[in-house]
Formats: sequence, structure tokens, C-alpha cells
Amino acid sequence: MSETGSVSAFGDRDHLLLLLREMIRIRRFEEKAAELYSLGKIRGFLHLYIGEEAVAVGAMQALTSEDAIVATYRDHGQALARGIPPGSLMAEMFGKANGCSRGRGGSMHFFDAPRRFYGGYAIVGGGLPIAVGLALADKLQNRQRVTACFFGDGAVAEGEFHESMNLAALWGLPVLFLCENNLYAMGTALNRHQSQIDISFKARAYAIPSDSVDGMDVTAVEEAARLAVQTVRESGFPYLLEVRAYRFRAHSMADPDLYRTKQEIETWKTRDPITTFSGRLRGRGLLNESDLAAIESAVGAEIAEAVSFAEAGPWEPVSELTKDVYTAR
Amino acid sequence: MPATTKMTYREAVRSGLREALRSDPRVFLMGEDVGRYGGAFAVSMGLLEEFGSERIRDTPLSESTFVGAGIGAALGGMRPIVEIMTVNFSLLALDQILNNAATLRHMSGGQFSVPLVVRMATGGGRQLAAQHSHSLEGWYAHIPGIKVLAPATVEDARGMVLAALLEPDPVFIFEHATLYPLEGDVDESAGPPDITRAAVRRNGGGVTLITYGGSLGKTQQAAGQLALENIGAEVIDLRTLRPLDTAAILSSVGKTHRAVVIDEAWRTGSLAAEISAVIMEGAFDDLDAPVARVCSEEAPMPYAKHLEEAALPSADKIVTAVRSLF
Repeated sequence: MSETGSVSAFGDRDHLLLLLREMIRIRRFEEKAAELYSLGKIRGFLHLYIGEEAVAVGAMQALTSEDAIVATYRDHGQALARGIPPGSLMAEMFGKANGCSRGRGGSMHFFDAPRRFYGGYAIVGGGLPIAVGLALADKLQNRQRVTACFFGDGAVAEGEFHESMNLAALWGLPVLFLCENNLYAMGTALNRHQSQIDISFKARAYAIPSDSVDGMDVTAVEEAARLAVQTVRESGFPYLLEVRAYRFRAHSMADPDLYRTKQEIETWKTRDPITTFSGRLRGRGLLNESDLAAIESAVGAEIAEAVSFAEAGPWEPVSELTKDVYTAR
Repeated sequence: MPATTKMTYREAVRSGLREALRSDPRVFLMGEDVGRYGGAFAVSMGLLEEFGSERIRDTPLSESTFVGAGIGAALGGMRPIVEIMTVNFSLLALDQILNNAATLRHMSGGQFSVPLVVRMATGGGRQLAAQHSHSLEGWYAHIPGIKVLAPATVEDARGMVLAALLEPDPVFIFEHATLYPLEGDVDESAGPPDITRAAVRRNGGGVTLITYGGSLGKTQQAAGQLALENIGAEVIDLRTLRPLDTAAILSSVGKTHRAVVIDEAWRTGSLAAEISAVIMEGAFDDLDAPVARVCSEEAPMPYAKHLEEAALPSADKIVTAVRSLF
């Protein structure tokens, strides 16, 4: 699909360049985050999305600002693609009070109310019931919104995946279940944790419409996501979209990555969503070296500014440690 | 004097639910068998007919997901009341409760709050053996970010539903299953009670008996027996297990100089242990005797009636514990 991918399906060159720029923003943001992790500026767990950028960028094109997002602990890509300012995200990872969660969440727990970003959930599968509830609230209040729930292939083994699919179908709730299948539940390969490795197939048990798509091809993801979101919005019924991708980096910064071969990783890197897409754009005369340099330069400046914002941010006073455990009355 | 109506504890909970459903269109009830069945304890009987299936929602046996959906619906602007049939099944939803409901406000830097009410039956005493007799409200009271209520009276059974719905944060209501047939007088025109305060259910000067929920009746009975022995027992009904009304506890102990905590949970790591620590920290110099505890025996709850009775707190055990302080 990536060889013949339809670069023209989504209109103009500007949009295609936006997709490229968004993927590059995520890539460079995370490369910087990894560097800052090594320097001790960022601590805790850091789960990188590198290799999977086409998933968040493609999917997010299909959603409006009224729709809701529920993400996982690997949430940098979704947060950036949703439009949360990178400075706010970087500051969060620094643990600063100007972070998107005031330094209480870190890398795994980005939240942003104005953009209806309902958080990164770090207990695998834990976000799915929340998404079902958000969609229930929309249905009960007669709002034509979609809740997009991102989760990994690992979550498919959790009871909450099946419970949530069942409840969303039973009650007719507008949830887009978006499975980012990167072939590994931490270090356990899909075929070692699933009896049925075609995840989209599982939707049949709940009579939920589903599809699977190449997650290394941003326009394919966008096309599939647009169809999925349109289906959910028009039917008020859930949909399962399995996006097949691959993470190039280890599960987290703590992972020695011993459970897969270097050759496997290198093979997948030949399908890098950024280089393949930019190659396609070049091949069609839609991108030249100076366009790419301009994108890289703008992204570089944005990320440098994000780091400065994080560096300059204040630490929340310890006296505020218990603030917001409960709502102040 | 306000007009009161005699009703059972279960009818009182229903009265609270009905008033909430009538007064706020954002309120809905969901849980296992709350609709057509009328609730496993018949609490919601008739509500489906009155409010319809959009607002009285039978759920599948998916505790984790329908509690999580309650959190999501609360985030989405609704005021869900989730009924978990019993505390025993709440363990299947503990991840949603502890990791999501209790954390979201703090972890989001104050951006999101979760105005969710979860009700469940708790406690033993019905010969239901080791998987249906838990008293885990003390576990829940361990968790910052949620509030824990334990209505012990018919009046509180109704009022606490209304009070819980005024809270902007998650509230868990534990209804002791043996209380549902209890009768009492309720003023249905009364507004939500103050849930920040414990209640002194009996005044006395000789010993403070601190309890809550399903153990209040046994404690009152013990206080009656103690009066025959000229020991004046003051009975404190905690009502709210988190946050604790420590001022009420310390004030009473300051007067009586002796305290016994009655708690149906297991003794080790219990709420009773926490209350003992509160008294030690805040009223050490007032005490004339060590704080005593009457809790359940440290065993899975047995089925046989005589064994279950031996495992649970009783009025006799409370009286014996009080005598040991003099």
C-alpha cells in the first residue's frame, strides 16, 4: 500500500505537507526528549512513539475539536497531533508547574481540557471504559461527538477491551476504538499473547464494524480514520480500527530490547513513515529539498522554544502538593 | 415539626435516588440488575418504570467497565450513580476506582474532576460465606481523592445520596446489607445532610464507642447493656469514613477517657487501627486505658451460622471489651 499510496486523495499539497510536518514534529520532539532523558532532565518512564507517527497524525485529521481523545502512556504523538503546545508537554516531562498536568503526570499522563484530551492512561486497557463513558455522556446529552480511544495490541488481552466493546455496541455509543498494533505488548510478541492475531477480526464477536490499515502510511491511516469517524458519527455506533505499525525504539528507556532482532527492526525502518512519505511526495514533485529544510528548521525552532519554556518553568511549591486531591470548596 | 414518613432503609435509598433523578436531568443510575429486576436488594424497584431505560440502565456483568464508564460520563458532564451490587464485586473495578476516579483531578493538575457516586452493599451476617461477606470500606477509606460514606440510619440512607451528588469529586456509599429492612422515620422534605460531621447517637460519660454502618445497632445494644452496669457509653457514628471527623472522636474521648472501636472489617490494617492511631496521636494524655478494638476474626468468613456469629463483632463482645477497660 505504501508503494502505491494515494498522495492525492486528500486534496492539496498544503495538507500533504502538513501531514509530513506533523510527523516530523513528533519525531524531533521525541528525539529531543530521549536526549534530555539521558541528561536527567526528564525522569520516570519515557515511552517513545518513534516509528508510529503516521498513526496519530493520520487519525487526528479525522477528528474535530469537539471530539474527545483518550490515550495511553505512550501519548506524546497523540498530544502533539491534537495540537497541545509542545512547550506544555516538554514542561510536563520536566515536572514543571507550567506543564500540561502541572508536573503531576509526567510523560505518561498528559491532560488538556481545552482540547478535550482526557489523558494518558498507564494501566493497560484502563482508558477504554473512560472512553465508553464519555461517549455515553454525549449520547445522553444528544451531542454528535466522537470519542477516539487509542490503545495498543497489549490492551486487547485485557478484559476491559472486551467489556468496553460489548458495552459500546450494546448501548450504541459513538466510540472509535483505535488499536495501535505495534506487534509487541512490551516485550511479548503479538503471536505469543493472542490466539487470534487479526485484531480487527475480534470486532465481529460484537458486531462492531472494523477495518485494519497500514500504520506506516499516513495517508492510508487518514483515509481509514476518516471513514471510521464518519461511520461512528453517522451511526452513533462504535467502530474498531486496527492500525498496524511498529515502534523503532525500545518499549521504554529502561528496555534493553532483547526480545526482537536488530534485523527485524532494520527491516521495519525501511518502511519509516516519514522517509517513505517524503519520498513519495518528492517522486510526485510535491516536495523539494528546500521545502524539507524549511520544515525541519521550523520544527527545530519550535522544539528549542519548547525546551526553553520547560527550562524556564517554575517548580510547583511543595505547599501545593495536596492541592486538587479534592476540589477546593 | 416536619412531617416524617416511616420507611425502610432500602426505601430511603430509593427516595434519595428518586429525588435526585427528578431534580437533575444529568443524574442517571446504572448497574447490574438495577432496572427490570429492581436491584439485587430491591432498592431501585419501580425506578425503571418512572424514569425509563435511558436513565435506569441495566449493565452487563462488567464491573470494571461500567465503573469506568461512570467516570467517563462524569467527565462528560453527567452525574452518574453507579450501583455495584456488592463490595465483593467492586474488587473487579478497583483499578478504575483507585487509578482513575481517585487520581484524575490531581494528576490532571486540576483540569478534570469526577463527580461520580458509587453505591454498593457491604458486610457479612447473612451466611453468604467467604466471597460475599466482605467489609472493605476501610480499604476504600485508605484512598486519597475519594470520599467514603457509610449510612447507618434510615435518614442517612436517603440523605447521603443527595449529599453525595453535591460533591464535585467521587463519593462511595457503603450500605450494610443487613440494614435494608431496617425501619425509621424520614423527613422527605429535608435537604442533604452535612456529611462532614460524625453523629453522637447516644450520650455518655464513661466510654466512647466509635463505630459506623452495620455495627451501629450492635453498638447501641451494647450501650444499653452497659447502662445497666452503670457505665455510660457515648456512641459515635462516624458516618463519613473519609475524611474522618477526628474532632468528634477526640472531643468525646477527651470527655470519657476510654474508647472502643467497633468495625466489622478484619482487625489487621483496619479502619479501627487508623482510629486508634488518631486517638493516640490526638488524645494520648486523655486516656485512662488503652484503646480497644472489636473487629472480625482474621479468617475468611465461614458459612455455618455459629461460626459466622463467632467471627463477627457482637454486642456481647463490645460489652466484654468495655469491661476490660475498667
